Amino acid sequence: MYQAATAETSIFRLPVAVGILAAAVRMATPYLFAAVGEAIGQSSGVLNLGVDGVMLLGAFASFYVVLTTGSLWLGVLAALIVGLLMGLLMSLISVTLKAEQGISGIGLYMFGLGLSSLLFKVMVGTVKTVVGFQPIKIPILGDIPILGEILFQHSLPVYAAFLTVPLAWILLDKTTWGLKIKAVGHNPAAADSLGVNVNVVRYVSVTIGSMMAGLAGASLSLALVNLFQENLTAGMGFIGVALVYFGGWRPVAIMGGALLFSTVNAFQLWMQVLNVKIPSDLAVMLPYVLTIAALAFAPKLMRQPVALNKPFERGEH
Amino acid sequence: MSSDIAAESSAPSRRLAYDWKDIGLRLALPVLAMLVALLIGALMLLLLKANPLTAYAALANGVFGNLYGFTQSLAKATPLLLVGLGICIAFRASVINIGGEGQIIAGALMATWFSLTCRTWPGYLLLPSTMVMGFLAGSAWGFIPGILKVRFSVNEILSTVMMNAIAIQLMNFLLRGPLMDPEGVREGTFLPQSERLPEQVWLPRLVPQTLLHAGAIIAVVLAVVVYIFLWRTTIGYRIRAVGLNREASRHAGINVPVYQALSLTLAGGFAGLAGVFEVIGVQHRLMDGITSGYGFSGIVAALFGGLHPLGVIPASWLFGSLLVGADKMQRAVQVPSALIDTVLGLIVMFVVGSNLLSRRWSARRVIAAAKAEGD
Repeated sequence: MYQAATAETSIFRLPVAVGILAAAVRMATPYLFAAVGEAIGQSSGVLNLGVDGVMLLGAFASFYVVLTTGSLWLGVLAALIVGLLMGLLMSLISVTLKAEQGISGIGLYMFGLGLSSLLFKVMVGTVKTVVGFQPIKIPILGDIPILGEILFQHSLPVYAAFLTVPLAWILLDKTTWGLKIKAVGHNPAAADSLGVNVNVVRYVSVTIGSMMAGLAGASLSLALVNLFQENLTAGMGFIGVALVYFGGWRPVAIMGGALLFSTVNAFQLWMQVLNVKIPSDLAVMLPYVLTIAALAFAPKLMRQPVALNKPFERGEH
Repeated sequence: MSSDIAAESSAPSRRLAYDWKDIGLRLALPVLAMLVALLIGALMLLLLKANPLTAYAALANGVFGNLYGFTQSLAKATPLLLVGLGICIAFRASVINIGGEGQIIAGALMATWFSLTCRTWPGYLLLPSTMVMGFLAGSAWGFIPGILKVRFSVNEILSTVMMNAIAIQLMNFLLRGPLMDPEGVREGTFLPQSERLPEQVWLPRLVPQTLLHAGAIIAVVLAVVVYIFLWRTTIGYRIRAVGLNREASRHAGINVPVYQALSLTLAGGFAGLAGVFEVIGVQHRLMDGITSGYGFSGIVAALFGGLHPLGVIPASWLFGSLLVGADKMQRAVQVPSALIDTVLGLIVMFVVGSNLLSRRWSARRVIAAAKAEGD
């Protein structure tokens, strides 16, 4: 923020700052869905690097359904179904067939990127827009000055994305299922000997994560930009995976990371609009440089699921 | 893992001759994976109400129908081979390099800037130094995630992905600013591309009027060099040892972090060279989309080639052909070339998924052979 003081002082004018922060909250939505979902999958020991591909297919499916039927809820359902199928595919390759997860995820990404482009070209052809989710001002809370505008005047998917944070926290830290997920992620052999079905837990966790990635895509095409084009996400899913490491597998910290990332992004967009002297393309780099720096200095190894990225085979330990 | 070790340790002691059945199996599985992927692609075409036979016929015709298609498939195979060689080195050290795209851009940017800056140099000086500079730039782009991995335990999968995004933005900035073609600025077109490179840095074309350039030969030579490096030198041996068993390598006195960082640095260098060849061999200038996704499809070629430098040669030609054929298919029968991207993704998943089967089969065969010997 100090950079802004030297480059352009108008950030200190209240409406500008409020606008940037409100945009940051809105723009955190796809990252939140994707990263919180990925955290659940990774907690069970499976790295799904194909989030971006699932997001693209989810974004296309929901966009197409809304374009043809006009029903937003059918669109959301389509994104969930896409996420479910892609999650099962990823689980089949990475859990049942025990593939190297970093690579199978790249395969899933290429598949999603290719298929969403293919379907878009054949079924839609040109860029069209849909009427997406409209902002809902929450009664009373939405009328609070400043805070209301930043937090409580968004569309439904934005609220839903932030709701996944406490839900995931409860799931992982307060339920038996969460205990099983983490046990399978930390010591699958021990969990197995206690009668936990490692593969079932991993299938379910990966698939939940993938369905949330589908929602991330839908939030993009139905609430943030209201359109679909080839490679709409432009790598957002990969940032989502990075945020999981950044947040140390804790939903609340992941939310912090997502907000930090989207704030830098919103700030950078604002600089572009105002034509601040820093070249905008260099400013676009800022979030990525920041993410690398954060990954380097975040105290991460302590909480990393021990069995992350390691296929489980009985009698191996 | 245990089955792996059994296969590795008992196979050579059993007999020195090559186990042809095992090699055949390893070759057959990727081919099977590709056939299944193409079959699924055909089903998708049917669902989209396109005729898969005409689509695939157009694809094959695009490659084998004329000399131009054939040379173009070799031209596209060149960057795939170079990226794939880098992937082989990294994966052999158990380091996953997703950063091919960024490393290609780093090499291409450096080659463009360097050859334009030193445009007065004679070709025999400028051409090799441009290649070396591009290799070094790609290496630097691989070195950063490498050092982050071994010094700060940053997962290289994530950092290489971030480095891709940074490289793309850097290229966007340079092509719209300092590196933009002065002619485009004068004429007001403002195309995001660089000035044409000086002619003495252009790689000679192997077949006139085609895109096939001398870089293809250099790439094949380098494949042999990488093979010798990995299997016939101490450094290469240590890189493979680190990949096979990190703990054992450490106990054997191998400096594991150094070799992990080195493997990523070398991988970056080869991808960087692919970027150099794209600008000095194919386009003769830097432009948006210079990578054409080779950073990812190079991974497919490397996996398909069994992570063996010599295996990557035919694999990259195969995928170069698929990419060329896909373009022809798009123009001839209006089936989007994105179909082939989809098929490539499926191939990656099937190939890594089938590793388990091939591991189990070889383990079973080793056990069976041991039993037979016992009797």
